[in-house]
Parts: sequence; C-alpha cells; structure tokens
Amino acid sequence: MMNPLKIAKKDARLYMSFMYVTFAALLVGGLMGLLQTLARSGKFTLPFGINYYTILTVHGVILGLVLTTFFIIGFQFALMGKTVGISDKQRKTGWWSFWLMLAGTVMAAITILVGQANVLYTFYAPLRAHPAFYIGLALVIVGSWVAVFTNFHQLYVWKKANKGQKSPLLAFMVVINMAMWFIASLGVAASVLIQFIPWSLGYAETINVLLSRTLFWYFGHPLVYFWLLPAYMAWYAIIPKIIGGKLFSDSLARMSFILLLMFSIPVGFHHQLTEPGIDPTWKFIQVVLTFMVVIPTLMTAFSIFATFETTGRRKGHKGLFGWFKHLPWKDVRFLAPFIGMVAFIPGGAGGIVNASHQMNSLIHNTIWVTGHFHLTVATTVILTYFGIAYWLVPHLTGRRLTPRLNKLGIIQAIIWTVGMTIMSTAMHIQGLLGGPRRSNFSNYAGGEQVQTWIGYQAAQAIGGTILFIGIVLMVYIFIQLAFFAPKGVEEFPIAEEEVDAEPTPKVLENWYLWIGITIALILFAYTIPVFDILKHSPPGSVPFDWPIGRQ
Amino acid sequence: MAKPTKQQTEPQHNPSINLKGTLIAVMLLGVFILATWFGCYYLFLSR
Amino acid sequence: MHLHKFEKIWLVFGMGSLALFLVIIGFAAFWKGTHPQSHIEIIDPENVEAHESFKPENLGLREVAEGKYIVNIVASAFNYDFGTDTDGKPVKKIRVPKGSTVLFQITTKDVVHGFQVAGTNVNMMVEPGHVSRLETEMKNVGEFTVVCNEYCGIGHHQMFATVEVYE
Ligand code: HEM
Ligand SMILES: [Cu+2]
Ligand SMILES: [Cu+2]
Repeated sequence: MMNPLKIAKKDARLYMSFMYVTFAALLVGGLMGLLQTLARSGKFTLPFGINYYTILTVHGVILGLVLTTFFIIGFQFALMGKTVGISDKQRKTGWWSFWLMLAGTVMAAITILVGQANVLYTFYAPLRAHPAFYIGLALVIVGSWVAVFTNFHQLYVWKKANKGQKSPLLAFMVVINMAMWFIASLGVAASVLIQFIPWSLGYAETINVLLSRTLFWYFGHPLVYFWLLPAYMAWYAIIPKIIGGKLFSDSLARMSFILLLMFSIPVGFHHQLTEPGIDPTWKFIQVVLTFMVVIPTLMTAFSIFATFETTGRRKGHKGLFGWFKHLPWKDVRFLAPFIGMVAFIPGGAGGIVNASHQMNSLIHNTIWVTGHFHLTVATTVILTYFGIAYWLVPHLTGRRLTPRLNKLGIIQAIIWTVGMTIMSTAMHIQGLLGGPRRSNFSNYAGGEQVQTWIGYQAAQAIGGTILFIGIVLMVYIFIQLAFFAPKGVEEFPIAEEEVDAEPTPKVLENWYLWIGITIALILFAYTIPVFDILKHSPPGSVPFDWPIGRQ
Repeated sequence: MAKPTKQQTEPQHNPSINLKGTLIAVMLLGVFILATWFGCYYLFLSR
Repeated sequence: MHLHKFEKIWLVFGMGSLALFLVIIGFAAFWKGTHPQSHIEIIDPENVEAHESFKPENLGLREVAEGKYIVNIVASAFNYDFGTDTDGKPVKKIRVPKGSTVLFQITTKDVVHGFQVAGTNVNMMVEPGHVSRLETEMKNVGEFTVVCNEYCGIGHHQMFATVEVYE
C-alpha cells in the first residue's frame, strides 16, 4: 500500500476554492428552497414581485448543478492530490477548470436573476432562455472537462512512475467517475452547442424537441450517479478508517464502480417513459438496464454493513448487533454520512418504483419525484458531502474539528433528518395523490383532492423551514472550519487494506475493456431509438419566450 | 482470477469473519424494497 | 475475487427480486399491452387543426360506443382546450360513468406540457409535434383534477380541468 502524500498549501488553496463556492451555493440555493416551500403553502406571497419559477430555476441550477459539481471536483482533486499527487502544471489546469466553471456559473446566475431564463434547470425546448444562460452552462461543462483531463493525467503520471502497481483505490474511483461524467456530458454539450445556442441566437429557426430531451436525459441519469459516486468513495474507502476498521474488499469496491460506469449511462429513457415519441420496446430495454445499475448498489449495501460488523467484532463487541451499538455515533464524520446511508434505503426503493416502466405513470412529474431526490441527492449525497467537509476543510486550512464544532455538526445532522423526514414524506404522499411538481401554489378547480394537496404543502413548509435552519448552521460550521477554528492537524482518513487481503485482479484496471463495454452498451441502447427519432421527426419547434415571462 | 493466492488467503480470511448481522440487515433492506414495490404496484393496479 | 457466502445469498435474493419486478411489468407491458403511452404519431405543431382529432369541432368528450369515449384536447400555454359547450363557453369539466373506457388524445400548439388526471394512471407528456394517447378504464368514482405536470411557463400552475366519474 502506498503512503498517502502530504497536501501542500498551494494545492490546498485550489481545493478550498471549490469548497467556498459549494457552501455559498448551499446558502443561496437553500434560501430559494425555503421560499419555494413557503410560497407553495399558500400562506405567503413572494416579495418584490419575484416570480416563483425564477427562484425554482435558481434552486435547481445552483443546488443541482453548481453545488454538486463544485464540491465533487474540489473533493476529487483533493483525493487525487493525496493519493497520486499533483504537479505544478496540473495545479495550473486545475485553476483553469475552477475559473471557467465559476465564470459560467456567474453568467448563468445573472441571466436567471434578471428574469431572462425562467426555464428551470432542465431548460426543456422550446422554452427559450437568453443565450447567455446556455453559454454559461456550456462554460461550466467545459471547465469540468479540464478537471476531467487533469485527473486522468494525474493517474497516468503516477502509473508511469509506479509501473506494475495497482492504482490507489480512491484515484481509481475518481477516474471512473470522471470517465462517466465525460462520456455523459458529451450528450448535453452537443445539445447545448449544436441545438440550443444557435437556436436561441436566432441562427437556427427551429429545434428538434424530442432529440434535445433525449440528449438531455442521456446526460441526466449519469448526472445523478456523478453526484452519488463521491459519496460511495467515502463509504467504501474513508468511513472504514473513521470507524477504526479496514477496507472490506478492494476488488469488490472496484468491481462495483466499474458496474456503475457501465450501467449508469444507457438508461436515460427511464426519465422519458411517458413521452409520446419513443418506441416502448426500447423504453423497456433501458428499464432492464436501469435495473442492472441497482446491482452495484446492492453490493455496496452489503459491503458497508460488513465493514461495520467486521470492525465491531474485531474490537470485541459480541452478539448479533453489538457491533452496531458501538459505532462511533458521537463522531459527526461518521454520523452525517451514516444518516445519508439510511436515507438511501427509501430513496433507492422509490427509485426502483420510478423506473418500473408503465408504473412510472403513477408518479411521473408528481411531487413524489421531488420527495425522492431530496432523499437521494439532498440527504444521502449532501449529508455525506457534509461528513467529508468536517475533516477535509480543516485538513486543508490547517485547523481542527473541535469537540464544539463536532457537536454542532451532530445537531446539524439531526435537524436535517427531522426537516427532511417531514418534507420528503409529505412530498411522497402528496405525489401519490397526484399533486404535481414544479408548481407554484394553486387552488386549481378547488375540490377535495386539491384541499388534501394543500395540507401536505403546509407540512412541506414546516419541513423546509427546519431544513433552512440546518443550512444556516452548516454554513456557520463551514466558516468556522475555514477561518476560525484553532490551528492544528486534522487527519485525512483513508482506509487501508487488510494485511492478508486477496490481491486485486489486474483485469479490474483494464480501462480499454471497461470503457469499451460502456460505449458498446450506449450504442446498443441508443443507436436505433435515436435513428427512429430522427426518421420520425415532426416539423421543428420555433422558440417561445413569452410563456416564461421573458420580454 | 488470481487463483493461487486465493487458496492461500481464504482459509485464514473467510471463517474469521462472522457476518450474520450483516446478512440480517441486508435482508431487512430487501424486504423493505419488496414491500415498497408491491405496495406501489397494488396502487397502480387499483387506479 | 471471492464473495463471502452471505454476500452471494444477498445478491441472489436482490437480483431475484429485481428479476421478479421485471417479469411482472414485462408481462403486463408485452402481453397485456399496458406499455406507457408511445404512439410515435407526428403532427405539425403550428397546424394541429389539420389533424382530424384536433379540428375545433372534434374537441372534447364524445361517446363512440356504449361505455366507450374519446376525449380530444389541444394544450397551449396555459389552457386545455376541450372545445365549447352548447352556449359557446369553453368546457372545463367532463363527466363519464364509472367503468367506461376513455381514450385521451392530446397534442400541444406551443411548448411541452403535461397531462395528468390526478388520482388515475392517466399521466402523459405532451410534446410539440407528437400526439399523446392513452386509453384507460375509469375504475373509481370521484372528481379528478386534470393538471399540467410539466413546467410550461409562468402560468403553469393555472392550467387545469376536471374529470368527474359518476356511478
Ligand atoms: C432548505 C433545503 C431545501 C428545501 C426547503 C428544498 C425545497 C424544494 C422544493 C419545495 C422543491 C420543489 C418545488 C417545485 O417542484 O415546485 C425543490 C426542488 C428541487 N430541489 Fe430542493 N430543497 C432544499 C434543498 C435542496 C438541496 C440540498 C438540493 C440538491 C443538492 C436540492 C435540489 C433540488 C432540485 C434539483 C430541485 C428540482 C428543481 C426543478 O424541479 O426544477 N434541494 N426543492
Ligand atoms: Cu435516472
Ligand atoms: Cu404546465
């Protein structure tokens, strides 16, 4: 096993820059979330004539796209720096990626805030935003690509210097996630560059709506796995160290990441199940592929429990669940991600329901879906990110997570759990009763059904308020860890393998093989349906500005 | 895959870990997934 | 790479459950024909009236046989056009008896909309250039709100109608 490297000050500055944006985004996006739940309760109207859909666009873009991407890239740079090192040149390209992404974010954010892009974060055509919105998004993607290739290069350089050795597990995982992100984002980049930008500028008269949606969702599902994989990195390779144990199995961890790479992309149709223009047989084929991507998650669940149990038993805790009782509940670096893992149980189960072909019409575009991804991304993923930040930020700033901040962190995690349980449960139920998502408060035609929905929306406002308190607390903790906590050394926890661990099969690092299979699966799942979509294209759609409140 | 080493490590590695608690935990998880899915499927059929 | 015996049991159980789900929905879809809507019929979004079903006089509810109905709808921001009643007023509510079979046909003149009869399995995306179509049996009595569940602009939440199913 290689000894992890030390992170130099100048490298830490790069990684921290991504963290500043992350937590600024959390505050801004969280405030929008609070306003949404309040507006939807029907008891408040938004001040200054702000449009509901402007803040919803801000919320979706800032939290779904900006917060996640900045955290992930910053965290992954730190992992690479720690395990395989970063050269001066690589640090420079790292900065390029940061500034490109930030410039894109600012550009898109301004466009949304001045009301020129009320198109939500999915920007479905033929709603047309101001071109600056699309150009901003394109810059964020291009910036992320610079990070992708920097990370690839980091591992490549390490491999050349360490011939014949297996790559460090975390570096391997980062490269898998970035490979997936790159392959997937080609779809949305193609759509933005070839379809949206010329069309929004008026160079192209019409747009192929179904094609743009298909390209978006070719990207959209791997996008959620791009959020999830860094959490899995922590679960597999960091949490074991925090609880005083070892890696459960290096090979199984790599195997599950490879499966995630292969099956995360050829599944976008499960977001398009109720669309009119796609052959149902191809929808079903992608449903089957979607179910395949559950398998590595089943493996992950086992591996997590097994790590806990092995560690506990080795420490001498007896009985069927003695190991569980003795987990480090008072350590927020463990507790926050643990709650995230628990939230993934209903989150994952709901996801299987969503993907179940015709059963999708039970919940499609209802607020159930919003409840679902506030469990998965806004709890599982975000609480794991918080759990990482508690040690990563002080490690980078040369400070310590003090017992007081640890305690505040625990309170934060509990507040989040309470708020999200209320909000997400209310959303799930309201969704099953047919309440729509992405909708401002409305009485519709009145009646009993609508009254029931409104009741659940009031519950969501209560949950949302509690959650916002959690966000303010988290931002406070972040500022403390970044600027004010006492100087000291905080560990960068990386789990080690068992001394007698089985060697990892070489084939797991055969990139040509895995990326080859990934591309083959994508071609299989998409070639014929996309060809059909092109062949059966209706007349294209002209842009629409007025329904979104643009002049 | 890596046959020879497997035989060396397995005897000391495998029986030493008792994963009964893990098995029960994941099985409960499995039952939860089944219950959720069939619950939703029932609702779907009843509509 | 070796798996612990319990992990094998777990994976067989988990993958078995997934396979069971797929068999159930696959059987329902391919043998019973309950696929989600997918008709691959195209239309000119700027001239939907050219289509027989979406001529202004053909919009709204029509009984085509004993207990069998067709509803034709044109969506646009922020309205569902169910045609007009005898007084020339726009129809906002349709009524069908319990147990009847209803075919919903809908298209859009402008942006993407949704069409969900909340509380039933009628839930479709409505996209410019495509005809969305779903046939269903109205099994339960009640007033069901029709909502647009895909964001279509600032009046999105004001786009609705009602389907009443009576005894
Ligand atoms: C204070 C905490 C939060 C509250 C109160 C909140 C509330 C909400 C509400 C009410 C909606 C749905 C609105 C609608 O459909 O009309 C929503 C949508 C959304 N939320 Fe949150 N949320 C919070 C945190 C988060 C976090 C941390 C993330 C991601 C990391 C997130 C990601 C999203 C996304 C992507 C959407 C979808 C936007 C869309 O449909 O266009 N939210 N949120
Ligand atoms: Cu998905
Ligand atoms: Cu709408």
